Amino acid sequence: MRNLPRLTLALSIALTAALGSASAQKTTITVGVFPDLDSVVKAALPGFNKLYPNITVKINSLAYADHHTALTTALSTGKGASDVVAVDFGYVARFAEGNGLVDISKAPYNAGQFRSQFIAYTYPQAMTQDGRMVGMPTDIGPGAMFYRSDMLKKAGVSPAAMNASWESYISNGKKVLAANPGTFLIPDAGEAAQIIIRTGLKSGEGLYFDKNNNVLVDPANPRYVRAFTIAKQIRDAKLDARAGSAFSPEWTTAFQKGNLATEFSGAWLVGHMQNWLAKDFSGKWASQQLPGNTYASWGGSFYAIPQQSQHKTEAWALIKYLTTNKDQQVLAFKTTGAFPALRAAGNDPVFNEGVPYLNGQKARVLWRQAALKIQPLDVNKLDPIAEQIVNDALSSVLDGSKDITTALTDAKNLIARRAR
Amino acid sequence: MQATLKSAKPRRKPSWSDFQRRYAPYIFISPFFILFFAFGLFPILFNAFLSFHQWQPGTGLGDMKFVGLRNYTDNLTDPTFWLSLKNTAILALMSGLPQHLIAIPLAFAIQGGLRRMQNLVTAVYFLPYITSIVAISVIFFTLFSWQYGVINSVLNALHGLPLIGALFPAEKINWLGEKEYVQSAVAMVVVWRYTGWNMLLYLSGLQAIPRELYEAASVDGATRAQQFRYITLPLLRPIMFIAVTLSLIGGLQLFEEPFILTNGSGGAGQAGLTTVMYMYRTYASYSDAGVAAAMSWLLFIVIGVLTLVNNRAFGRSGLAGRD
Repeated sequence: MRNLPRLTLALSIALTAALGSASAQKTTITVGVFPDLDSVVKAALPGFNKLYPNITVKINSLAYADHHTALTTALSTGKGASDVVAVDFGYVARFAEGNGLVDISKAPYNAGQFRSQFIAYTYPQAMTQDGRMVGMPTDIGPGAMFYRSDMLKKAGVSPAAMNASWESYISNGKKVLAANPGTFLIPDAGEAAQIIIRTGLKSGEGLYFDKNNNVLVDPANPRYVRAFTIAKQIRDAKLDARAGSAFSPEWTTAFQKGNLATEFSGAWLVGHMQNWLAKDFSGKWASQQLPGNTYASWGGSFYAIPQQSQHKTEAWALIKYLTTNKDQQVLAFKTTGAFPALRAAGNDPVFNEGVPYLNGQKARVLWRQAALKIQPLDVNKLDPIAEQIVNDALSSVLDGSKDITTALTDAKNLIARRAR
Repeated sequence: MQATLKSAKPRRKPSWSDFQRRYAPYIFISPFFILFFAFGLFPILFNAFLSFHQWQPGTGLGDMKFVGLRNYTDNLTDPTFWLSLKNTAILALMSGLPQHLIAIPLAFAIQGGLRRMQNLVTAVYFLPYITSIVAISVIFFTLFSWQYGVINSVLNALHGLPLIGALFPAEKINWLGEKEYVQSAVAMVVVWRYTGWNMLLYLSGLQAIPRELYEAASVDGATRAQQFRYITLPLLRPIMFIAVTLSLIGGLQLFEEPFILTNGSGGAGQAGLTTVMYMYRTYASYSDAGVAAAMSWLLFIVIGVLTLVNNRAFGRSGLAGRD
């Protein structure tokens, strides 16, 4: 009996050793993702395991917001993050600030070598002001104007006339609504302002700050004045459904009832429309570039490696496979409609096929064009604050409680307060 | 078995029963303290510590930087913070007052008039309090929707009536999209949700009032209104004090309803942005944990002061009345 503990000890040592040698041959890594990106990773695994039979991949999928909250917690406490983590565009700047994510521009990763293979604006989105790179781009959201071809036809308005400029968008929009009573031109007037703010940036300019952290929001900045003016014109002409942000209940209902004539969004919106948002209007929607030859992006996803990962080499192998492998990027596009960030994938024949929901329109060619023309934006760590303040200023202009100059002056001061 | 062992080897070490008597209680009570230290005390202390530091969650604990009182002064000079406090105060008042003005007579009516149906009616009024906030949001979005909402449809239908039609608006009201209406809409939901809870409090308070008082009063010829005025209200004061205090604290911590109804944005003109929402935004969207922590302490001070004022103004005399 006295030998029992010793025996147990010996046994467990032998067992650990056996397990240890087994795990030396086969590494298990975890991937933290959110839907629908999880189905992309899932679809990628058979191909990946052919190349790397010794890496087992486990997918941890959480709802979009939960995933990012869990990641924040894991990074702040230094424990619990997966080996590979998906980061949505809106969160990149935030996670880029600290040292929680590996700088993949350095050896042994050297992500910079792939730069020319990617859509130009994707890399800068994942880079910090001091030149570190925290994520590899995987999908993008080139912006497009979606419109109801039946409503435009009824009003005798051609899509080309509609998106020639913002002014013609408004004037033709009025005709469309006159011909289709009870409908709205656009879910929210603020959307037009958001696009104008995001386009026509001079080099060295970010959305809200320039390279030297100076605040760009200013009543003297034509970009902001124009953005606010156009939005105000749309609101004053009663063209918008005042639905607030996308996916708000008002927005969703307007879509489902078929009460919207146009909407601006990333190319990914088609997936939502055909699956649930506007099922009954298949064949009636079509796509065009944004008004006034502007090109803007709606989101996009990245893969990153947390510093705390114990399997960085394997993690990088997976990320490289998911992002730089053409076949995989095409597979991802076919799986969820995630628009590839890899340029080579954009040349796949599938992009020349018509989109059934858009009445067979070859819209993907259009989106690819837009993707190639979108300008890179410099990210600033204070962007989320500035965005909120500008949105508030815009809403006070739209509801008539402030004029544009006052609203922009107030916004400028509020941002400057934080930016010291 | 134990006894023989014990007698065979006296005083060798603390016996099992000694252990049971002396130490077991501590082990049995330890789960509470462990949980309390881990999830109660530690977060509070950490939050206090955090409020003096600049820290972006996501950068790791090593990146904390001591900044003294700067987070507090930052908040106190932030117009949005003051706006959020003002919104919170208005919403607390707009939603707090009606709750009690409805709950007290309601409890009195249920206690007096609906004795047989009491449990059923109580359950019906209490239902909103235990309803999931997700379900609530779905319902109220459908009701408040500007273009497609039931409330606007009803109001418009009423406008079409002869005579009283002029009392109702002809245009649809953008409840959640316009500055003037956001606070009323939020307050309506809060009142709907918590009136039942207050009614239950008052009902239990009413049941503690001796029936003989009412019997004596009715023998003396007091009407029901007089009974309410001279018996119910004075004897209900301690409960009223508790209910008002709870409403005060709850109202100043308002988060769920405005957050859900405005999609976390604060709504038009930020009229629905409460202090807790702003604190959450500062932490989650701005990644400024230190400033958010300082804000929570400032709100704590505000709640503390107002509770004290409430205690002085009406609690003391209310509770003293029992002596």
